[in-house]
Amino acid sequence: MHYFLCLLLLMVGLFGALTQKNLIKIILSVAIIEHAVNTFLIMVGYRHDGTAPIVDRAQVAGSSFASGAVDPLPQAMVLTAIVISLGVLALMVAVAMRLYHTYGTYDITEIRKLRG
Amino acid sequence: MINLLTLVLIFMIIGAIISIWTTDLLSAIIAVGAVGFGSSVVFLLLRAPDVALAPVVVEVLMLVILIRATVGRDVHTIGSAREIFGLSVAAVLVLLLLAFAVHAIGGLPEFGEPVMARVADAPASYYLENGLSQTGSANIVTAVLLDFRGYDTLGEATVLFGAILGAMTLLRRKSRTDKPRQE
Repeated sequence: MHYFLCLLLLMVGLFGALTQKNLIKIILSVAIIEHAVNTFLIMVGYRHDGTAPIVDRAQVAGSSFASGAVDPLPQAMVLTAIVISLGVLALMVAVAMRLYHTYGTYDITEIRKLRG
Repeated sequence: MINLLTLVLIFMIIGAIISIWTTDLLSAIIAVGAVGFGSSVVFLLLRAPDVALAPVVVEVLMLVILIRATVGRDVHTIGSAREIFGLSVAAVLVLLLLAFAVHAIGGLPEFGEPVMARVADAPASYYLENGLSQTGSANIVTAVLLDFRGYDTLGEATVLFGAILGAMTLLRRKSRTDKPRQE
């Protein structure tokens, strides 16, 4: 159920990226896809009634902590992916602004000719 | 709590649909911001407090960057979608992919049972058991990021540096030789 909702979010973003004419809307669709994938990866590591992967002061790390905490590995990787997505978005916006500077529009059906 | 998770996910889907169907670019950007903050709430509900903090910062920066790209430009004359043929092809492709993805969900473990509970010596359980004693960090996510998988973080910093360098180069007004751009 939750996996399915996550996939639905990804498909909405993919549909937007395929059908929109405006460059900024395409960039926004890519951002939606990134959110969906990040949420999905965190969901894969979730454990029912699990605790956050932070060791309590009273609790010594051991088998009881390891069997009760959620998976820390997807969380670390998603933290990396979120920061990278910001950099990629900045690069996409820079390319779009340069295209606007050259063509005077964000409409991708107007941007047909390739010139420097 | 699980029902709250479903509600927030539906909120994110509605925000995504609004951002794609509205013709006003500023509303679309703000709707994507709502999707991002919704994902932050989802991370909190899924017991990932470190990850929940990152989207807050990232969303604010994203908003600033995107509004810088749209404000003061002629952006309202573009129609929202392409012709009917492209729309239908995209819809068929997306539905086909969704069917495959729903089929693939059946091969995943149930929601709430991580893979590390099935595999005998998964690296994640090793990190959980030995993270505190080997790295001295009570937060296992930080231990993974900065110690066990430090090279990944180095690669992340490299990718981020490269992306920002590319953006700076593209947005530079004058070329290095101080000649104006030939248009």
